[in-house]
Amino acid sequence: MKLARAIYAALIIFFLVAPLLVILPLAFTSSAFLTYPIPSFSLRWFEELVVRSVWSRAILNSLIIAGSTTVLATALGTLAALGLRSLGLGLRGQIQTLFLLPMVVPAVVLGVGMQAIFVRVGINSTYFSVIAAHTVIAIPFVLISVSGALAGIDPRVERAAESLGASPPRVFALVTLPLAMPGVLSGAALAFATSLDEVVLTLFVAGPNQRTLARQMFSSLRENISPAIASAAFIIIVGTVLVAAALLLLRRKRA
Amino acid sequence: MNAGSPPATAQGTRTQCTGGLVADDFISFSKVTKDFGSLRVVEDLELDIAQGEFVSLLGPSGSGKTTLLMMLAGFETVTGGEIRLDGQRINDLPTYKRDMGVVFQNYALFPHMTAAKNVAFPLEMRGTPRAEVADRVARALEMVKLGPFAGRLPIQLSGGQQQRVALARALVFEPRVVLMDEPLGALDKQLREQMQLDIRELHHRLGLTIIFVTHDQDEALTMSDRIAVFNQGQIQQCAPPRHVYDSPANRFVAEFIGETNLLAGKVRAIDGRAITFALPDGSICRARGVPGLAPGAEALLSLRPERIGIGAADAAIDGPNIARGEIADIIYQGDHLRVVIDSSVGRLVAQLGRKDAEWTPGAKVAVSFDEADGWVIAP
Ligand SMILES: Nc1ncnc2c1ncn2[C@@H]1O[C@H](COP(=O)(O)OP(=O)(O)O)[C@@H](O)[C@H]1O
Ligand SMILES: [Mg+2]
Repeated sequence: MKLARAIYAALIIFFLVAPLLVILPLAFTSSAFLTYPIPSFSLRWFEELVVRSVWSRAILNSLIIAGSTTVLATALGTLAALGLRSLGLGLRGQIQTLFLLPMVVPAVVLGVGMQAIFVRVGINSTYFSVIAAHTVIAIPFVLISVSGALAGIDPRVERAAESLGASPPRVFALVTLPLAMPGVLSGAALAFATSLDEVVLTLFVAGPNQRTLARQMFSSLRENISPAIASAAFIIIVGTVLVAAALLLLRRKRA
Repeated sequence: MNAGSPPATAQGTRTQCTGGLVADDFISFSKVTKDFGSLRVVEDLELDIAQGEFVSLLGPSGSGKTTLLMMLAGFETVTGGEIRLDGQRINDLPTYKRDMGVVFQNYALFPHMTAAKNVAFPLEMRGTPRAEVADRVARALEMVKLGPFAGRLPIQLSGGQQQRVALARALVFEPRVVLMDEPLGALDKQLREQMQLDIRELHHRLGLTIIFVTHDQDEALTMSDRIAVFNQGQIQQCAPPRHVYDSPANRFVAEFIGETNLLAGKVRAIDGRAITFALPDGSICRARGVPGLAPGAEALLSLRPERIGIGAADAAIDGPNIARGEIADIIYQGDHLRVVIDSSVGRLVAQLGRKDAEWTPGAKVAVSFDEADGWVIAP
């Protein structure tokens, strides 16, 4: 029984990471094709990412957009979670559902709608439009994550702080926020990751100057399948893993 | 019962509770009412507390004790009436300006701060200079015998240690009032009793005004200057422990505090403090009782088990306050014996010490009590 369970778990994990195991080694191929077998080890495709401006520009764009999205979504999502927390039980559920809609609505629908609005206002195909669009779909992740952390805070701890002489802003700064911080940080990481691999919305609201890494991979996939895609994927994955590891470390230090 | 002066109690469910010890009222609740929606949780409550007094709020769960405490601390709004602290109306004063130390049932320590940081918090909020903070924190932790644990986080402390940190945190800034909401409820018996004595000693040493919520009557009896007995949002009686136990104001108090035998009957005559009471079997006894009883009124006689004496039935004595009966059961309780007697006035439970005479079930006995040990209350 125990063995069966272990095998089952191993199979699931394999199923989940198999695509990564397939694609990642190809980042180091010397061949011009995205196929096995790998003739020899080479960093030429990483070089290509740096040297060819479409790729390096895409990486830079991704960092700018994901970074801004993270800051905005984290701030707004955290505020929303705090606001929801202070609401009565009945209203809270309904408003929370509203906030989570962008997660449920198909990205294509969101994209069409956003494009229409941005075009009308005259800001489509700008960094602002892309960041705004990414922020909309990143907020739910922050909201869920921060709400979870806030739910874990015993309100009596905050009351205690107030009774000990802390004004409400100080209670927030010294007790509520530090205790919610793990949720805020994982929310930020999720927001970053969401922005990093978002393609569909980007197709609608970004212009040629806002090509992100994910978008660039997507279009180069259609044009010519070069191992540069694998290298880009490698960068994204390593970046995400690093962010997650940093978070874990931070959290462990707090606990 | 001891022949002290009758306690400051009134009858019925609505009771005035005005300071019995000192004249000046430090904290006073007048006509305080609290509604949660349509639910009235505290009703027209009157309570005055003197500076330096230790008052327990004792009552069953859901009787409104916590709500009253939360109104005093400023966590709950007051629906009606007025709360005064040192002469000043505080109904609308924000919590952080009230200068009260609150100890919660679950301690409510800051989980992300060490014990020392927790204790330093109220001082830092008051802008105390850093050197003085360190000094006072060290002394406060010493006081609760936690000096070596200053650097630990709450999760690295046992329940009792966390409780003591909470206590140190609530006392370190020398608040005007300390409020405790069942602070010992989560501790095991031994630790709880130790903490009861510790808190009592701190109260005496520092001259603190303490309001202490509990549903444990032994705790209230052990610690308090006065006990306010709560039921359904109203104070049933507010008096020193001995008065609450010996001279309960009404049936609720008599049954809630300690164990008692209640015998229904009629008041026959009242002569000063002495009451002549008629039991249904026709026998007459003499006892004391609450003020305000009238001759001819239906009433209850409350007899504490440990105040009932048992003697051999064949003794030729007779007179008031004696009934005859048969022992139905004897229950061993370690330090004492509980004896159940079927008597001519009904079933009685008596309590005997281990050194008292031994009885066996079925024995014919005579039970008796002193005039000062019977207490008559309204039904
Ligand atoms: N925030 C609240 N909303 C609605 N009802 C409440 C609230 N707090 C307490 N109550 C009700 O008020 C009554 C008294 O509660 P409480 O003061 O906690 O009693 P105690 O501390 O004596 O156990 C209970 O019936 C409880 O359900
Ligand atoms: Mg309570």
